Amino acid sequence: MSTAHVADDDFDTEHEPHSFWTKYVWSQDHKVIAVQYASVAIFVGLIGLVLSNLMRLQIGFPGVFQFITPEHYYQWVTMHGMIMVIYLLTALFLGGFGNYMIPLMIGARDMVFPYMNMLSFWVYLLSVIVLLASFFVPGGPTGAGWTLYPPGAVMSGTPGQEGGIQLMLVSLIIFIVATTMGGLNYVTTVLQARCPGMTLLRMPLTVWGIFVATILALLAFPALFVSGIMMLLDKTAGTSFFMPAVVQMGQVTNYRGGSPLLFQHLFWFFGHPEVYIVALPAFGIVSDLISVHARKAIFGYRTMVWAIVVIGGLSFIVWAHHMFVAGMNPWFGFFFATSTLIIAVPTAIKVYNWVLTLWRGDIHLTVPMLFTLAFILTFLAGGLTGLFLGNVSVDIPLSGTYFVVAHFHMVMGVAPLLVVFGAIYHWFPKITGRMLDDRLGHLHFWVTFLGTYLIYFPMHYLGVLGMPRRYHNYADYEFIPQSAHQLNVFITVVALFVGVFQLLFVWNLLWSAFRGRQASPNPWRAASLEWFTPDTPPKHGNWGKQLPVVYRWAYAYSVPGAKEDFIAQNAPPGEGGLEPEAVGAQGGHGAHAGHAAPTGGAGMAPPRPLPLGGGGAAQRKESP
Amino acid sequence: MTALSSPGGLHPPRPLQAAGIGLWVFMGVGSALFTLFVAAYIMRMESSDWSSIALPRQLWLSTAWLIAGSLVMQAAAGAAEGAAGRAGVASHAHRRRATLLLATGGACALLFLASQWWAWTALAQARVAWNGNAAASFFYLLTALHGLHVIGGLIAWGVAWRGLANAADERAARLIRLCARYWHFLFGIWLLLFSTLAGVTPEIVRRICGID
Amino acid sequence: MVIALVLLVIVVASVLFHLMAPWWTTPLASNWKAMDDTLTITIVITGVFFVVINLFVVYALWRFRHRAGQRAAYEPVNHKLERWLIGITTVGIVALLAPGLKVYADYVQPPEGAMEVEVLGQQWQWRFRFPGEGGKLGGSDTRFFAPNNPFGIDPADAAGRDDILIDNNELHLPLNKPVKVLLRSHDVLHDFFVPNFRARQNIVPGQISYFWFTPTVPGRYEAMCAQLCGVGHPAMRGFVVVESQDAFDAWLAKHPSFAKTQSPPAATAEPTDPLVARGRTLAQEKGCAACHSVDGSTGVGPTWKNLYGKTEILDDGTSAKVDEAFLRDFIKNPTARSIKGFPPVMPQIPLTDDEVNALVAHIKSQAQP
Repeated sequence: MSTAHVADDDFDTEHEPHSFWTKYVWSQDHKVIAVQYASVAIFVGLIGLVLSNLMRLQIGFPGVFQFITPEHYYQWVTMHGMIMVIYLLTALFLGGFGNYMIPLMIGARDMVFPYMNMLSFWVYLLSVIVLLASFFVPGGPTGAGWTLYPPGAVMSGTPGQEGGIQLMLVSLIIFIVATTMGGLNYVTTVLQARCPGMTLLRMPLTVWGIFVATILALLAFPALFVSGIMMLLDKTAGTSFFMPAVVQMGQVTNYRGGSPLLFQHLFWFFGHPEVYIVALPAFGIVSDLISVHARKAIFGYRTMVWAIVVIGGLSFIVWAHHMFVAGMNPWFGFFFATSTLIIAVPTAIKVYNWVLTLWRGDIHLTVPMLFTLAFILTFLAGGLTGLFLGNVSVDIPLSGTYFVVAHFHMVMGVAPLLVVFGAIYHWFPKITGRMLDDRLGHLHFWVTFLGTYLIYFPMHYLGVLGMPRRYHNYADYEFIPQSAHQLNVFITVVALFVGVFQLLFVWNLLWSAFRGRQASPNPWRAASLEWFTPDTPPKHGNWGKQLPVVYRWAYAYSVPGAKEDFIAQNAPPGEGGLEPEAVGAQGGHGAHAGHAAPTGGAGMAPPRPLPLGGGGAAQRKESP
Repeated sequence: MTALSSPGGLHPPRPLQAAGIGLWVFMGVGSALFTLFVAAYIMRMESSDWSSIALPRQLWLSTAWLIAGSLVMQAAAGAAEGAAGRAGVASHAHRRRATLLLATGGACALLFLASQWWAWTALAQARVAWNGNAAASFFYLLTALHGLHVIGGLIAWGVAWRGLANAADERAARLIRLCARYWHFLFGIWLLLFSTLAGVTPEIVRRICGID
Repeated sequence: MVIALVLLVIVVASVLFHLMAPWWTTPLASNWKAMDDTLTITIVITGVFFVVINLFVVYALWRFRHRAGQRAAYEPVNHKLERWLIGITTVGIVALLAPGLKVYADYVQPPEGAMEVEVLGQQWQWRFRFPGEGGKLGGSDTRFFAPNNPFGIDPADAAGRDDILIDNNELHLPLNKPVKVLLRSHDVLHDFFVPNFRARQNIVPGQISYFWFTPTVPGRYEAMCAQLCGVGHPAMRGFVVVESQDAFDAWLAKHPSFAKTQSPPAATAEPTDPLVARGRTLAQEKGCAACHSVDGSTGVGPTWKNLYGKTEILDDGTSAKVDEAFLRDFIKNPTARSIKGFPPVMPQIPLTDDEVNALVAHIKSQAQP
């Protein structure tokens, strides 16, 4: 445990919240806010799950359920998509995991703007309420597809013209305000509030993933804001930002000159980084889960950081691969196909490095590890099918078919969701002090993993056949054989089963939070800083009277010569386990335990004992 | 780069130290937002139905108010820092100056908003409406959003005012410094918007983008 | 070890599934074999990576499973290996991208002299237009859109007068002639997709997009709308018939030119009954005429010619007589019942009782006594 101390920071316990309301409702504590975000996100995600099951009922058994009208079907398609991408995945990874993990992993007491952090949750909740309110207005929610393409989104023939589309756009705008407030917190906290010794390149990859994802969010969501406001004005004020001259149900309208493609460019300028906003935190978390449960440092940590940053940067120049057949200037296709296939390289590096971490590891097949392995398989499958769609001429017959649906579900739905589950099983003991039930965890894992693979792998082939997406009925198409309809029945049945089965996970969460087996403070014997708070679950202020001091990176596992197979980040420097760059030697034979603080190399000398009282920071050489 | 590396050091981050970084990040977000709007404006311009509107002359007055505001706020920050770094009578003098300048800086922002409103009414009188003309739609939308950001700045200004009224200390000086930075940002964004609305024509766009 | 075994089974099963599954591309009926070839290259390369990486994981899981007393190795960095892996990956990426871009370069440049045909998408039906003798399609705009000018062709444009209009959803094309398909829409996004042709493109209102292909196999192919265009999206079906040049010419000759459709003769006489006249106007204003014709042709909805008094079969097999009560109910509550053979996509349009009466009167007037 940490032995080196810093002078007391001006943390005091007087401002600790005391009443139920300030502790659990109007809380400015990042841990409480994280649970609030996660709870709302999971709740709305369950609604999204139900909607997907209803959609599958129609696809598997068309015409059987009279209450599934075309209007309803398209409304559910739209709400399912928007809920899952934005209100579940983005909110959960950034607002949920970001809020909980960042301060703990970097040794901070809380986010740097706790009041704004609290506000961001309530604004997020408001955006969810506004979104769900669209179910209750005349005409119901919008049925324009989660992509909300104009002009159809604001014209007759698409459900939601009497309030649905307006509420959707307003909800998104509110969500963007919440995300900006949260994002300011996460970025500034990582830049400003790291404890002594915690350089940027000693942060766990979970933090790197969320940090870069947040930067993406801050720069990409404005594009959604721009397109949302302009579409809202087209609908309510009769402007023609996106509306060309159109005929609406036989009537020539007053719109003129607008460009539907302008919306698509803006939307996907947001939309592509959005998928990395979901993926990058998942990548970071996976690296940490693998290291802990294989007792081995993540292979190529700095390369992994580089890959996250490069993927984040490149994600801004690939957007129009969503528009290869959109009718845009054909010559753009060359550029965007190239940039898209380039982004595959750092992504592939990450996959290799995860897999190489397993090599010569000491692999414990815990529930978090199982989910991580499932992630690798499904992300690999989903990522590889992205190469089909990114290669412009291969995309031409596949666009708008079930190939696309299978690809994005595999890579955005299945893979990151497996990481969410794995992460929750992993950090649950930290958050609650109890373990999630292990048997239920295994059962949940197997059903979810095998079930989702069975749903989405065969679906690709329906897409190659040419089966179009966003159809509520495929009757009478001769090119679609009966076997394809039977496959749809199979997929529906599996989807319903997997969907209902998630209730088991929810049950496990709720039951174990109150009755689960008591956990030790560090049940997985992890090295990263969050496991070394004085209390589990951590109390307000996280670290007690004194902030920790960190002497090494977060991956000191199975260090040769060390007493145990992990060395805590804040263990005294004498225990060794320094990051490879500090040792200076390549190939990883440095950092043996028992050596005193090394010299030379890249100059990452640990801090000398710091003077007390005010004044400047200690003089120390550190890489940024 | 000690400012960005482990700054925990002895103290947890001084709140306003983090606020400075937070403001830079927010300015990044705002820049992204307005740059995207400008991109949308330029893309929309390519449509055959584009017809530019004559910009109301009041916009030059608005620009003047923003320039004045930036200059005054910069001086206010300097004065407040002067007050914080001194004691006694010398501090008092700086504090009075700071108060006066801060008030003037806020007034300039308010006068900017008034001038923008005047520009809107001038356009409305010329029968230039929200809808019907895309150039007009953009004009109203862009100036409205910029104006909203100015209003947000005035809220921050209120916090700085209260801080200075409380004590002419380092914290107050810091608040005013951050406000001044934000005023400069608002001016920069206005320059971007004004020059785009006034200066970018479909011909220029076609020449730059190489469209025949 | 179960997980290692399961992963192995999944890899093997996935490969077997690929080899044995009956669902693959529809038979190619165009010149775009290169697209299929690039698809094959992509499957092979990605398949190799998929199998190799997963088998590596399976092996690692088995070999390096936790055993008491054993520790993991410590090898956090290996730049040489990383460089090799980046190199191999880059080679794979280039091997995918090069053929893909080559095919695309052909795709964006239609051959000289390709025949032009326009596909007009509208919620929720297809129409087609050929340039006539003049070889040039006439200009069009939504402001010319009218019940007797559903293509929105500019009547003042001389080039448009000889355009040949196909006012139904079946397009014919001559075999082995390259065709440049011009795509236009009056309302929302659409996409004219025939899987057998592989080539396609979205249709965007306000602009004209295109794609080109050469039909190489005679037959009758199903076309579908492949870009969400509202509740009638799945119902927006079409057909493309590829036939010999002679058969195509004969088919084309049967269709009227634009000029012919504009000359007055077939215009219906002004109804004398003001209620019927009002109904006729409402049918335009409220959009009914977009889907219901009065000349007997089938649109998205049943034609009103001779509808009144008919016995319709409903989707659930029952039959109903189309009388005033039936019409009123249907207009007020379009999704309560569905006519067999038609998609249940009729929008519910708010109408006063007077307006409904007028419409019913108009529909009634379209039935021969």
